[in-house]
Amino acid sequence: MALDPSFIGRSYPPTEPYEVGREKIREFAIAIGDANPAYTDAEAAKALGHPDVIAPPTFPFVITYRAAGQVVEDPELGLDFTRVVHGDQKFAYTRPVRAGDRLSVAVTIDNIKSLAGNDVLTVRGEVTDATGEHVVTSVMTLVARAADEAGE
Amino acid sequence: MAISYDEVEVGTELPAGSFPVTRDTLVRYAGASGDFNPIHWNEKFALEVGLPDVIAHGMFTMAEAVRVVTDWVGDPAAVVEYGVRFTRPVPVPNDGVGAVIEVSAKVAKKLDDRKVQVDLLATTGGQKVLGMSRAIVRLV
Repeated sequence: MALDPSFIGRSYPPTEPYEVGREKIREFAIAIGDANPAYTDAEAAKALGHPDVIAPPTFPFVITYRAAGQVVEDPELGLDFTRVVHGDQKFAYTRPVRAGDRLSVAVTIDNIKSLAGNDVLTVRGEVTDATGEHVVTSVMTLVARAADEAGE
Repeated sequence: MAISYDEVEVGTELPAGSFPVTRDTLVRYAGASGDFNPIHWNEKFALEVGLPDVIAHGMFTMAEAVRVVTDWVGDPAAVVEYGVRFTRPVPVPNDGVGAVIEVSAKVAKKLDDRKVQVDLLATTGGQKVLGMSRAIVRLV
């Protein structure tokens, strides 16, 4: 069953703040094998003009993916997550995420369309800090394969 | 070591990168990212859902690809936009060797405000794994 396009524009309340820790950034940088000192050495980050260590460009997904759970698990929308793959992902940054940030995500369904029988869902997450200033926008598309392929 | 806008031209190539991925890498990334989808660590599950093998997280591949850009500019904050399309999975066999993600990149456009568009090419085993992969980068 195709997703209901009337859900386009649906917004979800901002998530509880996620506090970004230095050690979490370090753990993430190690996991992607990236030795850039801006991620682990506060002095190196300060030398680049940042108040503390910053997070790699794809780190915000850790937070926006959780926030998108509101869409994925929205019983009214009825998405079958077992059939969903990540289609594409974009980030637009006002500034990098950094240690000490308390970040909230406001999620909106930007688009729902049907493509070759698959549902394509565009989910935007606006990430703001504790002062309400914009940090990064994440836009991801989720592709739900048509139900008649699910039993293959 | 910062890259000057005035020194780059359309077609300027960034130093390429080669990023190995093993099962160990994927377990580590699952833990760090919170994405525990079993297609990234459970071979039986991956095969049952029709995949050729355990596959790398798309977001892992996305993270590796942009390293070519951040290593080039030094300050990761220079990346003002970054987007990819996940066109093909990266299978990671449990053979102790795994897979390698090869990334090349070049300046595709010079934009206003000392920004450039960098187009990225990510492949594994000679096959392209990301589409529409580009970053907007502000240079000095």
